[in-house]
Amino acid sequence: MITELEMGKGESELELGLGLSLGGGTPAKIGGGGAWGERGRLLTAKDFPSVGSKRAADSASHAGASPPRSSSQVVGWPPIGSHRMNSLVNNQATKSAREEEDAGKKKVNDDQPKDATKKVNGKVQVGFIKVNMDGVAIGRKVDLNAHSSYENLAQTLEDMFFRTNPGTIGLTGQFTKPLRLLDGSSEFVLTYEDKEGDWMLVGDVPWRMFTTSVKRLRVMKTSEANGLAARHQDPNERQRNQPM
Amino acid sequence: MALRLPSKVLEHILSFIDSNEDRNSVSLVCKSWFETERKTRKRVFVGNCYAVSPAAVARRFPEMRSLTLKGKPHFADYNLVPDGWGGYACPWVDALAAKSPSLEEIRLKRMVVTDECLEKIAASFKDFKVLVLTSCEGFSTDGIAAIASTCRNLRVLELRECIVEDLGGDWLSYFPKTSTSLVSLDFSCLDSEVKISDLERLVSRSPNLKSLKLNPAVTLDGLVSILSRAPQLTELGTGSFAAELKPEAFSKLSKAFSNCKQLQSLSGLWDVLPEYLPALYSVCPGLISLNLSYATVRMPDLVELLRRCSKLQKLWVMDLIEDKGLEAVATYCKELRELRVFPSEPDLDATNIPVTEQGLVYVSKGCRKLESVLYFCVQFTNAALITIARKRPNLKCFRLCVIEPFAPDYKTNEPLDKGFKAIAEGCKDLRRLSVSGLLSDKAFKYIGKHAKKVRMLSIAFAGDSDLMLHHLLSGCESLKKLEIRDCPFGDTALLENAAKLETMRSLWMSSCFVSFGACKLLSQKMPRLNVEVIDEHPPKTRPESSPVERIYIYRTVAGPRMDTPEFVWTLHKNPEIGVSRLAIK
Repeated sequence: MITELEMGKGESELELGLGLSLGGGTPAKIGGGGAWGERGRLLTAKDFPSVGSKRAADSASHAGASPPRSSSQVVGWPPIGSHRMNSLVNNQATKSAREEEDAGKKKVNDDQPKDATKKVNGKVQVGFIKVNMDGVAIGRKVDLNAHSSYENLAQTLEDMFFRTNPGTIGLTGQFTKPLRLLDGSSEFVLTYEDKEGDWMLVGDVPWRMFTTSVKRLRVMKTSEANGLAARHQDPNERQRNQPM
Repeated sequence: MALRLPSKVLEHILSFIDSNEDRNSVSLVCKSWFETERKTRKRVFVGNCYAVSPAAVARRFPEMRSLTLKGKPHFADYNLVPDGWGGYACPWVDALAAKSPSLEEIRLKRMVVTDECLEKIAASFKDFKVLVLTSCEGFSTDGIAAIASTCRNLRVLELRECIVEDLGGDWLSYFPKTSTSLVSLDFSCLDSEVKISDLERLVSRSPNLKSLKLNPAVTLDGLVSILSRAPQLTELGTGSFAAELKPEAFSKLSKAFSNCKQLQSLSGLWDVLPEYLPALYSVCPGLISLNLSYATVRMPDLVELLRRCSKLQKLWVMDLIEDKGLEAVATYCKELRELRVFPSEPDLDATNIPVTEQGLVYVSKGCRKLESVLYFCVQFTNAALITIARKRPNLKCFRLCVIEPFAPDYKTNEPLDKGFKAIAEGCKDLRRLSVSGLLSDKAFKYIGKHAKKVRMLSIAFAGDSDLMLHHLLSGCESLKKLEIRDCPFGDTALLENAAKLETMRSLWMSSCFVSFGACKLLSQKMPRLNVEVIDEHPPKTRPESSPVERIYIYRTVAGPRMDTPEFVWTLHKNPEIGVSRLAIK
């Protein structure tokens, strides 16, 4: 009988971590670098065949600003048979073409500031934005309106991605030290994409201003975050900085 | 002294027993019952083509007239099984051609069927009547032509969602030139055009035709022409509905449909323009089954159609129906037994959320006979699940796919444990369950404890630890098929519950934490299981602790299979493997 199963820590004698692999996994890396023991699985492009032409179009528009792995690029998810999937992709293609035509007309009229809201059946779903982390394919969502400050938000994200709390699943496993996403001292930084498509470091603008301009978040490796706009600049002077 | 039932009497009694499960039970009573049963069984079902050898089946059931076979595991539908894995129909057809020449019906699901195989079927079974291929691949329209031309008594030819090498529409002209005995023809998965004149002539000389499912290449004009020649149809799959609306065309279509007074089932409807839907109104009151899952029609038009379908029992539709449309379904379709709502966008990041949990709640409240649900949506709540369980304790099949992995109850931010607990506890006859969303240990404890009749369970992106797998394997008494992907389940629960695996048809685990060492150990300890490690990119060395990409375990009396491709590891192929160092507590 199983008396004590260690929860969420994996079997230490088998050296398994709690990273989640998606798609086929990459056993080629196992023998060598200990990717299995690391916090996250190292996923390669093979794990993410594009699903839907819309996703491919989005990726193309972010040329140079490596977009976070989106959860729509997981093999066999959502679980729809291939006949149906093909049919959806075809519909998507015709729809995108039509939308691009309409979008061209819309841009001229659209200069109202929006905050991070989406419409759901006419009701407004306030505040939920996507968060992705480097090395983790499945993104999460966080409700900005449920947070009052950057510290608050950082704590939630830490819990979500790095710790196993009751009711929350740590996606990447256990850590011994706190993450400190905001002070630049750890391996990861928190970044966000704003309305104009620029990627910025989180924390430099007042919270309220941030919530109105943020489109989505990304927990990025510090090494990749060089060159991000680190200070709030006058919009007229702001340069387009792309993460490397 | 016990009296023995004379075998003739037993035979007569058994002639009333059709279900395979019952016949399987009968065959276990004693040797003479086994003998009598096996000599009288006509319809044979083999759920896993590798569980038993074709020769053994042919030998055991000499009077077999109908064989149903399933090949690849279910997750093959979602591209999780690499090409070339197996599931070949040929060895079966070869064995049956030799031993069961009176075979009349073959139904295959998820198998690889070649043209040679189809030609062999056509040549070997003189009275062949029924061929149904579901999600099969490996053949071309030439093979179909062989069946059409040679099987003079063919009644049913159905290609459901197959991947066929389409060499053109000629195959249709190969049916016998005099009258045919066709009752059902389904070529909806073929791409290329068939000559309408061929189709018209075929339909005209098939007086028994009741079910016809056309492919998207058949135009509206073609449909009208066919319907006028086959007003007796009970099941119809239309071709493509996309055509510029011309008033004359519309009225012809309308009239053609209104002449089909026996139509009970309608599908196809690819690219249907909403302006054409009123042409269907005349058949709605009689419809029992309606498949709108390829129709990108908006809610108001759907409601106009559905409110006329008071007898509807089965509805497949896209999420474009919205909550409001499902509310209408709950109001007007009181006979509904089965509902499937499919996503209209393949993207997981869809910002437009057409259906919510409320839609399913409406239908659960309004449709008392609802027993089978497949529902795709972006997020859900525990409260909704609890309501659904309370209102519909008669649910037999509940498959919820919350598209966003790990999505919690979006109102309370809790896992969906309580909700699935309610489903498992409340729906006592639940036979099939698919779970999704954020789920912790507790959910699986409840499922293990309460879902005593669940036979098939599908899990993705869930769980905290092995304990969950242990709950399922030790708790779910009726479990026959378990398929898991992307869950942190590892070796311990699997090895602890190894004996359970012999009571199940199969277990699939992919992107989990099962180690290679555990697979080896399981193979060694359980000779009546086939343990297959499926790694598309097998590493050069396999340390014991390295996780496997996919593991497929199934019970078998046929021994190890001989047709594994390179990327499938089995112990049989690698007998030099020594004893594992794993310690099992």
